Amino acid sequence: MTSTFLGMPVYAPRGVGALRGDEPFPDAARTALGNGQLRRNLGHATRTIRGKRAAVVGEVPDWEELRLAGEAVKAATMARLPELLTQLEEQVTARGGTVHWARDATEANAIVLGLVRAAGADEVVKVKSMATQEIGLNEALAEGGVTAWETDLAELIVQLGDDKPSHILVPAIHRNRTEIRDIFRRTMPGVGDLSDEPRDLAMAARAYLREKFLTARVAVSGANFAVAESGTLAVVESEGNGRMCLTLPQTLITVMGIEKVVPAWTDLEVFLQLLPRSSTGERMNPYTSLWTGVTPGDGPQDFHLVLLDNGRTAVLSDERGRSALHCIRCSACLNVCPVYERTGGHAYGSVYPGPIGAVLSPQLTGVEDNASLPYASSLCGACFDACPVRIDIPAMLVHLRARHVEERAARPVPSAEAVAMAAMAWVMAKPARFRGGERLMRLGRLLGRRADRITALPPPLSAWTASRDLPRPPGQTFREWWRTRPEAPKPPAPPKPPAPPKPPAPPVSAEEDR
Amino acid sequence: MRVALFVTCLADAMFPQVGRATVELLERLGHEVVFPEAQTCCGQMHINTGYQREAVKLVEHQVDTFAGFEAIVAPSGSCVGSIRHQHAAVARRAGRVALSHRAEEVGARTYELSEFLVDVLGVTDVGAHYPHRVTYHPTCHSLRMLRVADRPLRLLRAVKGIDLVELPGADQCCGFGGTFALKNADTSAAMLSDKLRNVLSTGADVVSAGDSSCLMHMGGGLSRLTADAGAVARPVHLAEILAAT
Repeated sequence: MTSTFLGMPVYAPRGVGALRGDEPFPDAARTALGNGQLRRNLGHATRTIRGKRAAVVGEVPDWEELRLAGEAVKAATMARLPELLTQLEEQVTARGGTVHWARDATEANAIVLGLVRAAGADEVVKVKSMATQEIGLNEALAEGGVTAWETDLAELIVQLGDDKPSHILVPAIHRNRTEIRDIFRRTMPGVGDLSDEPRDLAMAARAYLREKFLTARVAVSGANFAVAESGTLAVVESEGNGRMCLTLPQTLITVMGIEKVVPAWTDLEVFLQLLPRSSTGERMNPYTSLWTGVTPGDGPQDFHLVLLDNGRTAVLSDERGRSALHCIRCSACLNVCPVYERTGGHAYGSVYPGPIGAVLSPQLTGVEDNASLPYASSLCGACFDACPVRIDIPAMLVHLRARHVEERAARPVPSAEAVAMAAMAWVMAKPARFRGGERLMRLGRLLGRRADRITALPPPLSAWTASRDLPRPPGQTFREWWRTRPEAPKPPAPPKPPAPPKPPAPPVSAEEDR
Repeated sequence: MRVALFVTCLADAMFPQVGRATVELLERLGHEVVFPEAQTCCGQMHINTGYQREAVKLVEHQVDTFAGFEAIVAPSGSCVGSIRHQHAAVARRAGRVALSHRAEEVGARTYELSEFLVDVLGVTDVGAHYPHRVTYHPTCHSLRMLRVADRPLRLLRAVKGIDLVELPGADQCCGFGGTFALKNADTSAAMLSDKLRNVLSTGADVVSAGDSSCLMHMGGGLSRLTADAGAVARPVHLAEILAAT
C-alpha cells in the first residue's frame, strides 16, 4: 500500500454486488412464509444439520476453550490487521504470487476481469466463494464477455436454476431433489430422463463439470484463511471440485476479504477444528487445500491474490460491531436460528443471510441501506451459543438497532415509532405518570368485555391481533392490590439466610462484557 | 430476609396475579417482601428496539429505586437479563460512567425468581401443591442470558401432585421477542404456531414459564385456538404454580 488513507472508511458501494435486497425483511419474509415447500425443505435441512453439529461438538471436551481461542486469535488479528495484510502481501509476492488491493466490489471485479483477459481466456471455473458472490463477480465477468462456471454442486444448482444462494454453506438448501432434477433436465444437455436419486444427480453434475475442469485455463476462488507469516492460502471443501479448480488451470485468481488473514500457521489448528464441526457437522472436512505462491511445474503457474475491503474497514471502525469480522462463514448461526429456519435466506436480501448476515450486511452497506435486518431477530440468543468464535450477535443486533434509531433521529421529522417510544419513556420515568398510564390502559377492559379477551386492535397493534389475542386488562393492577393489603405480616424472625452468593454465571449475551 | 420485589411493568398492569403469587410465595417461605412503589419499567423494550437514549432515564430510575436493597427479585428472566446485562452498557454508551457503575451493582443484586429461590435461598421444595398436567417453556433470556438452566424444573419437580411433562423443542423461541412480534408479525406468528403445536402435543392443561411476556404471547395464540376448537392449554406463570397450596 502506497497511498495514505485519510477520512472515514467507506461502505460497500450501491449498484454492484449482492449485499442489498429489493424489499425490507418483513415483506420478503411474508412471501417466503407463504411457500410451504420452502418451509418443509428448510425445516428438514436445518434440523438435520443441527443434529449432526450437536453430536460432533458434544464429543470435543475442550470445545469452549477452542471457541475462546478462536475468538482471541480473531480479536488479536483485527487489532493489527494492517501490518498482517502487509506481511501477507510480502510473503505471497516473495513466493511468486501477485497481490492486488481492491477498495470495493467495483475495483475487485475490474481487477479480476483484467486478469482473465490478460490470460487470454473467455471462461473461468469457480470454487465456491462468498466474497465473489458478495461483489457480483459472475455478473461483472459476463458483462465483460467472460463466462463463469460455478463448480460447487450446490452453487451449480443455483446458477443453472437462475436462482440466488440462500445459505452460506448450502446455497441450494431451499431446493429439494425433485426440483434439482428438473433444473438439470432443463439445463444440462444429454441427461435425458434423469432420476431424482442423489447418486444420479451427482453423476450428471460430475460429467458436466469434468469437461469444464479439463478445458478451463483460469480458476477463481475465495479463501477461508490466509496465513500472514508464510503467505499460504487455505480453502476447505467437501467435494473435491474446489481442488480441481485450484490445481488444474494455469492461472488462479483468489478474491479474499481482508478479515480472512490469520497471523500464524499454528492458528489454523484452532480454526480447522472449529469450522467443519460447526458447519457441516463433520470432524474434518474431506478436502483442505493449502497453497503458497507458485510451485514451478506443479499447479497454477500464475497466482493472483485480490484483497477486498468493500466496507470491511467501516465495520472495523465500530468498536461494538467489529467482531462481525471474526466470522469464519460456518453458518452454524443460520442453522439454529428460528427466524432463518422459517423464512430462508432470500428474505435477508444479502448473500449473507441469517443472524450473521443481519449484523454483517448492515455494517458493510451502512445501517440505513439494510435497516430492517437488525430487527429480523427475536433476540433468542441461540446464534451466540452456536458461534464457534463467540460473536455476540444478539448484543450486536441491539447495538445496530440503536445506530439505526440514532441515524433516523438526525432527520427533521421523527418517525411515529420514535414519537411513541419517547412518550412511553416519558410516562415510565415517573411513578405518578406511570400510574396514570396504567389507568388509561384500563380502558382496554371495554374492548375485551364481550369475550373477556381482546381480538382486534388498530394499527400498529393490529399486527399482534392478526394472529393472537390479548388478555383483557385486569380490574386492579398489582400496585393497587398492594395498597389494599393490611400491613404485610412481619415474618416470625426467620433463620438467618445464607449470604447471597456471587451473581450467577457471567454475562453471556451482554454488550458490556465485550 | 428482606426482599425487594420488582414486579415488572407488564405483570403490574396486565398480570397482577403473578406479582401476588410472588409475594405469597416469598412470605410463605418466611421472608419479608417490600414493594418500592416508585418502580416503573426497566426499559428493556426501549433498549431492544434501539431507543437507548430514551432508556437512560429508565435505567437511572431503576437504579435510584432499588439501590438501597440487598436483594431484588423479579418474576421475569427477560427483565432481569436486561437489568443485569444491558443497563450498565446503556449508561456507558450515553457517557454516564457513574450511573453505569451503580447499574452494575444493582444488576448483580437483581435475581430472577427461580435463581433467587435455588441459589440465594437454597430451596427447591417450596411446599407447593398443584394437581395439574404442566409443561414448561424455559424462555430464551432465562436460558441464554441468565443461564438458569434447570432451576425452574427442579422447583417444579418438587411440587406435590404435579404431572410435569417435557415440552418438545423446549429451547426454541416462542416468537415473542418484544417489538419483534409487531415488526415481524408473520415470522413471529410462524414461530408461535410451531411452539403451540409442541405444547399441544404434550396434552398438558397448563403451559408455564418464568416470563409474563412469553406467556402472553403463547396465551394469545392459545386463546384463539380455544375460541376455534374448545379448551386447550392455559398459560400460568411459574410463580403461580409455586405459590399454590
